[in-house]
Amino acid sequence: MKSLGLKFAIAGAAAAFALGMGIAQAADKTKVGFVYVGPIGDHGWSYQHHQGLLALKKEFGDKIETTHVEKVSEGPDAERVIRQLAQQGHKIIFTTSFGYMNPTIKVAKRFPNVYFEHATGFKRAKNVATYNGRFYQGRYVAGIIAGKMTKTNTIGYIASFPIPEVVMGINATYLGAKSVNPNIKMKIIWVSTWFDPGKETDAAKALADQGADVLFQHTDSPAPMKLAEQRGIWAVGQASDMKAFGPNAQLTALIDDWNPYYIRRVREAMNGTWKSTDVWGGLKEGMLKMAAWNKKIPADVVKLAEAARDGIISGKLHPFTGPLKKQDGTLFLKAGEKISDKALSAMNFYVEGVEGSLPK
Amino acid sequence: MFRIEPRKEPSTLMLYATPLIAVALTILSGFVLFTLLGKDPVRATLLIFYKPLTSFYSLSELIVKATPLILIGAGLALCFRANIWNIGAEGQFTMGAVAGGAMALFLFEVEGFWVLPSIWIAGALGGMLWAAIPALLRNRFNANEILTSLMLVYVASLLLSVLVHGLLRDPQGQNFPESRLFHDAALMPILLPGTRAHVGFAVALLAVLLTWALMRWHVIGFQIKVAGQAPRAARFAGFSGKKIVWFTFLVSGGLAGLAGVFEATGPVGQLVPALPVGYGFTAIIVAFLGRLHPVGILLAGLLLALTYIGGEGAQIAMSLPAATIQVFQGMLLFYLLATDIFVNYRFRPAPMKTAPPSTPASPTAQ
Repeated sequence: MKSLGLKFAIAGAAAAFALGMGIAQAADKTKVGFVYVGPIGDHGWSYQHHQGLLALKKEFGDKIETTHVEKVSEGPDAERVIRQLAQQGHKIIFTTSFGYMNPTIKVAKRFPNVYFEHATGFKRAKNVATYNGRFYQGRYVAGIIAGKMTKTNTIGYIASFPIPEVVMGINATYLGAKSVNPNIKMKIIWVSTWFDPGKETDAAKALADQGADVLFQHTDSPAPMKLAEQRGIWAVGQASDMKAFGPNAQLTALIDDWNPYYIRRVREAMNGTWKSTDVWGGLKEGMLKMAAWNKKIPADVVKLAEAARDGIISGKLHPFTGPLKKQDGTLFLKAGEKISDKALSAMNFYVEGVEGSLPK
Repeated sequence: MFRIEPRKEPSTLMLYATPLIAVALTILSGFVLFTLLGKDPVRATLLIFYKPLTSFYSLSELIVKATPLILIGAGLALCFRANIWNIGAEGQFTMGAVAGGAMALFLFEVEGFWVLPSIWIAGALGGMLWAAIPALLRNRFNANEILTSLMLVYVASLLLSVLVHGLLRDPQGQNFPESRLFHDAALMPILLPGTRAHVGFAVALLAVLLTWALMRWHVIGFQIKVAGQAPRAARFAGFSGKKIVWFTFLVSGGLAGLAGVFEATGPVGQLVPALPVGYGFTAIIVAFLGRLHPVGILLAGLLLALTYIGGEGAQIAMSLPAATIQVFQGMLLFYLLATDIFVNYRFRPAPMKTAPPSTPASPTAQ
């Protein structure tokens, strides 16, 4: 046992030495690390974060050094990956999926001088900030378009996990569509994954077979968009402009634009003004953008959508404005009342009119 | 040019040499792969197979990663030796985590020396229960255990998902599908301070020792060997095939369950839907790479853990695609199975053009 301990000690010393060398070499460059849940090639969520990394490279050139690790499972491996990035002298680390929350907090405790940025989580610390996009705003706008464009009055929705982020997206889509089409119906399929092109395609097929002619997705692959293109129905892209996968099918897409946020935060990390914050940016802040409208959308529908978009940007319109009832009929927003961010970020019920029940 | 000829007896030399040959061929193919990807193959290979051995932290992570692989592999080897194909260790792992994790949550904030053992026992029982299903189906209905055990993997992971979305969900977690973090008394004691290496590794070593002793000295070990190598002889000797099915499934399920609860209360510290990451399947490679021998499994478990840790390091340092490591592990199993032929067969230069009298029907000699 003793000799084993000694061996470890020697190995540790050697590693510390090697590490010291590494830091000395890169002292003048700020190292920025990214952890992705999917492959960069998902053309959705992780792809878009990677665009942020590329934007950083463009902005800061050789003043920074970037590292990314893709397909890191939200299980036991996450902590090691994050810790290795911290240990290798990364000054600021972006962990870009909800499941990295506890591992990020754990590692952050050990590395008080490293800044951590966790996307979509709710736990913060002195050196852990959180950030997320108000994607529900874009879904509301897309819902308006879908409500007008559908011939079958049926929207198909591919959902991932019944977390507030996803539930508020479903509700916002429904409310948007309902505001222009009182007969709208929504069919929802839960696929229990963020990225699985096979499952997503199956769900998209099932929805199309059940008469849905506009598909929404809260999953990350372009598979549903491809299926919509094949079937000659509409779809709304997720996280990234998916026009390449559905040149005719894509009505619009929600585009996550992390670039300005990433550039600002890395600059703050470089000049020492970084502070732990909780940023929830939407259309107004530019963290969320709408892809170019499909040319086949009639001008009056475009007008409606743009009015909603501009209303949300100016603050006049909030997708969740009372009177609103829950699915079971209880009132949760009085007439004219706007939902608080706190209530919104814990939303765990469907609004009145959405059929089915949340998976338990 | 060459002829493949059966050996009179399996070659002991080849039995031990083929895993090494398989590793060498994998590394060689890795060279080709990295070169094709436009990466420096020497650097990549060193990063994967050598770099993790040079720092204390990555050595400790090697132990974290190898623990479940060795535990599961040791159990699976018993099954495979008896020609019983438990492919569902991943599900037994998951159910161990579910049962043990549920016990930990049930005992939330409870202190006492008995907390940890109760959680471990619950985990082992969870794995055994899940393994008992294919064992029962095979013994009672002669159902193919490959299919039943594999299908139950998906049932287990869905069950985990249902529970963390509902019953076991963190009440303060804003509806996110995770359990609360286990309290300290429920967590695995740490073996090396400042790391995640926990006492589960010691248990894994113990499992290696016990399964080795069992196969060597205990009568059931003998029965397992005979049942695997000469099923008819086993029947003539009056060994109960059903008993062997029960025994191997329950032991391997129990060990996989332990691995699951160790993982949940060790490195993860809570129940999350993404808890099963494929250890149960990788352990199949571990068992075969280790020649179904406990000591071999120990080494193979460490080697596979090395490819995980090293692969991650290479991904960080060289931006290698994440799929590289899966390709590596796949190649390892492929080469192992391919080179297995040398154990029972040998290559001999074929005789010259004169057609051998034994094969008059073949139109060409070669």
